[in-house]
Amino acid sequence: MIIESMMDTLLAGGVILLACLSLSARQVFTSIVLYVCLGLLATLIWVRLNAWDVAIAEAAIGAGLTGALLLAAWRQLCFEPSDQTRESNGVS
Amino acid sequence: MSQEMLYCAAGIALFGIGMFGVIVATHIIRKLIAVNIMGIAVFMVLLATARHGAVTDPIPHAMVLTGIVVAVAGTALCLWLALQIRLLGRGTKGEPPR
Amino acid sequence: MFLKLEFKENQATSGELSTTTRVLLAIAIVALGTSLIYAILSAGKAPPDLAAQVAEKLDLSGVGNPVTAVLLNFRSYDTLLEVAVLLVVAVAIMPPRLSSSAGKRFLFVNDTHNPHVPDPILLNLLKWLVPLAILLGGYLLWTGAYSPGGAFQAAAVIAGAGVALSLGGRHKFAWEISGVRLASSLGLLVFVTVAATNAFITGTTLQYPIDHASTLILLVETFTTVSIATILLLLFAQLKSLADPPGEMHQ
Repeated sequence: MIIESMMDTLLAGGVILLACLSLSARQVFTSIVLYVCLGLLATLIWVRLNAWDVAIAEAAIGAGLTGALLLAAWRQLCFEPSDQTRESNGVS
Repeated sequence: MSQEMLYCAAGIALFGIGMFGVIVATHIIRKLIAVNIMGIAVFMVLLATARHGAVTDPIPHAMVLTGIVVAVAGTALCLWLALQIRLLGRGTKGEPPR
Repeated sequence: MFLKLEFKENQATSGELSTTTRVLLAIAIVALGTSLIYAILSAGKAPPDLAAQVAEKLDLSGVGNPVTAVLLNFRSYDTLLEVAVLLVVAVAIMPPRLSSSAGKRFLFVNDTHNPHVPDPILLNLLKWLVPLAILLGGYLLWTGAYSPGGAFQAAAVIAGAGVALSLGGRHKFAWEISGVRLASSLGLLVFVTVAATNAFITGTTLQYPIDHASTLILLVETFTTVSIATILLLLFAQLKSLADPPGEMHQ
């Protein structure tokens, strides 16, 4: 019982900490990676809250696909076109 | 403090952080991350209130599932619009369009 | 605050707020959060126990997983509209159709345009990972009837496989072909057809007859999975290749 409530506290604290870090990171890339970590931690919280369906969807969509979308858009936005033609595959 | 209350409070704190981020951040991707964090916060409050001791209410779960998919679609649309602005307008502040 | 947005990294940031504004904003948000916590604490129990109602009617829904039952039977109107929302986003992002893409296949091997040598380890991993992910998607779709899983999870896993494939650099998707349009609207079409047929036969739009409920749910779920997977993959591919050199992609 005490271990469970400790785990809940750690997860809740970790999510809040990651949100702060993600929004205050100096580089956009760091923000995106920290947001993906936040999504994975949120998945664990959904499991703790007995929401298995939501946990599966969050792991696949919230953490995986949103991260991929953000990284793809970041690469297009933050580099000049000359860079883009040179490294035309892989999300650096 | 029960588990539901803990996650409710954490969700509200997360919502506040996200809201602060949306207003303060200047980079478009950071703003979108903040909006997504607000989404996670809302889901957390919904799922935490869905628990009544041992029984779990499936209706908030279905709502959250719908919400996750719509959130990713909205994020993608915003990113795509930002890319269009950047590609077509070429720069935002006073830079002449190419 | 919302008028001066940054699109590149390390731009001159004239849109930033002053410290005073930030402190005031933080105080306002803390006040809002405190009042929200107070509101939730004083709200007490949720009044009608929906969980019991769902458990009571679960036998009538045709599936054993309460979340799937809510999503695709009790509240399937929401899901229908959600598929429509996704289709709207897909229509917004869809690339224009090219006349040259008439006989093209959806997935083709890209040898000519890629200047990089594809990573052999990644390619060998993908050879195993992609079929496995598609299998997992099918499993999640099937098992969603009575345990955690369902159309959205399956679609997300399949779209994830597609994302991995397109990051491998060796394969490309032809998003201009008309099959993509068909695949991404198929879910909504089948959903609406089922609803309309149901309305025609039984008189209610989305209240499935008990005998055929599980078949109808599986039918709708399967096509919805195909649609959502296509749309999610389309979103990623369009964001990834919007500024690629012309010739590969129309933009």
